[in-house]
Amino acid sequence: MSAELNVRHTAQLARLELTDAEAEKFQSQLNQVLGYVRKLEEVDVSGVEPTAHSSQVHNVFREDASREWFTPEVALSNAPRQANQLFIVPKVLE
Amino acid sequence: MDLHSLSLSALQAQFRGGALTPLDALDALEKRISAVDGRVGGYLSLNRDRARAEAAAADVSLPLGGIPIAIKDVINVQGDPCTAASRILQGYTATYDATVVRKLRAAGAIPFGRVNMDEFAMGSSTENSALQRTANPWDLNRIPGGSSGGSAAVVAADEAFASLGSDTGGSIRQPAALCGCVGLKPTYGRVSRFGLIAFASSLDQIGPFTKTVEDSARVLNALAGKDPQDSTSLDLPVDDYTRLLGRDLKGVKLGMPKEYFIDGIDPQVDAAVRAAIRQYEALGAEIVEVSLPHTEYAVAVYYIIATAEASANLARYDGVRFGKRADDPRNLLDMYVRTRSEGFGEEVKRRIILGTYVLSSGYYDAYYLRAQKVRTLIRQDFTKAFEKVDALICPTSPEVAFKIGDRSGDPLKMYLADIFTIAANLAGNCGISLPCGFANVEGSRLPVGLQLLGKPMEEAKLLSIAHAYEQSTRWHKERPAL
Repeated sequence: MSAELNVRHTAQLARLELTDAEAEKFQSQLNQVLGYVRKLEEVDVSGVEPTAHSSQVHNVFREDASREWFTPEVALSNAPRQANQLFIVPKVLE
Repeated sequence: MDLHSLSLSALQAQFRGGALTPLDALDALEKRISAVDGRVGGYLSLNRDRARAEAAAADVSLPLGGIPIAIKDVINVQGDPCTAASRILQGYTATYDATVVRKLRAAGAIPFGRVNMDEFAMGSSTENSALQRTANPWDLNRIPGGSSGGSAAVVAADEAFASLGSDTGGSIRQPAALCGCVGLKPTYGRVSRFGLIAFASSLDQIGPFTKTVEDSARVLNALAGKDPQDSTSLDLPVDDYTRLLGRDLKGVKLGMPKEYFIDGIDPQVDAAVRAAIRQYEALGAEIVEVSLPHTEYAVAVYYIIATAEASANLARYDGVRFGKRADDPRNLLDMYVRTRSEGFGEEVKRRIILGTYVLSSGYYDAYYLRAQKVRTLIRQDFTKAFEKVDALICPTSPEVAFKIGDRSGDPLKMYLADIFTIAANLAGNCGISLPCGFANVEGSRLPVGLQLLGKPMEEAKLLSIAHAYEQSTRWHKERPAL
């Protein structure tokens, strides 16, 4: 493990824009956190299976059948912008 | 005794005996809230009119008939706001009931009031709420714990008979400990999370805050069960969680994990927990030392796994379908970036960045995959310990409530506050915190929490072990002077 976290670049991947003050602060705080989590390097994990979650339930299926659900009005009721039963966003293609 | 200080079970007895009605209970809560919540700051909003209509129509013969229950602002109640204490969800109105809310209603309960929390449940002090400060009812200059700080504070301050919270790394048990109430984190999968705003999906679990262990069992009776809407909920029979209450402790074996009794614990916390352990012995339980050798890695594993899952879960806040959208976006990317940068608070951004990093190409194996493997070792520690004992006994938190502002600026130190609660989420066990004494700090009397951890799906046994101790003490009857 190496702590090569570039806070600005990673923020960009997560669609976040940081102020200079935030970038500086997060860089030092997260370097410290990564320094701490590096203690996992001590653990011998050879032959150990990863755990994704603890309930040991896999591949849960339901009937492929239609159900009563939100009407378009309800689904759109929290939309910042909407028209014609659609979510409106800024133009993607010129 | 004032009506607002009754336990849920005592209130219900009054309803059923005809001495009080659910409207009386709401009146008493509203009065109490106006008297103290200006100082405590637990509630974000109250749905008075709807609650009164529901109270007027309540059927008190139902299991929780007519009982008002406060809801953490991360669980959807149709028609109410649900902000996760974030600016990015300000103005959002829930369009449906979470399954736990539907089940509470089916049991006759009345969802009443939204309570404060750390933004998106990320934090251990409720200081990360973008909306409001919440104080510890025992000392208003101190934090109530977190992330379900509002849920704990309103129960401790007698502003609610019970509340719901969520626990991803200790967010029910730690604030319950710091505020002196009972907080239960059920087994992962025991309670549906449909309608809970997701933080870390392999860890999140909903559970109750109550004034007594019996009340906790009664609320869990209403919440537990398989839900087709949550594929991680377990299709296993639901117990009557009050079934074993009152049973004595003969033959019960409790394990003291030696890694949970270490230097650095507040000496008054250590003393209170050890006194509780002696009390358990006096009550007939056998105490044995056990080892959970990978304990020291739990916080590191957690902050990789929880942030990784959070970075994925919080990708949905993009300004398209609900919540905040930045003003006058130049284009789609600008809309995403500014909506998220303006809408999320500092701790949320920090965790999204960390989570994005540990999942990014080149670092996935070193961080995320390794953390998942160490998680397996942590689970195995518990499995082995539970072969020898019925439950584990330890402190909930290494410290009592600290002063507001004391930890801000030091995220790592804040993360270490969860050192004794996190492993149960990683392993998926059930756990409970209950009051076991007080620490005297700078003139304040601050609650100490005892944590009991149980095997997956053994909530009935865990609650009975907690109940036996509670009934032999008076800690749960103490109330803050407000």
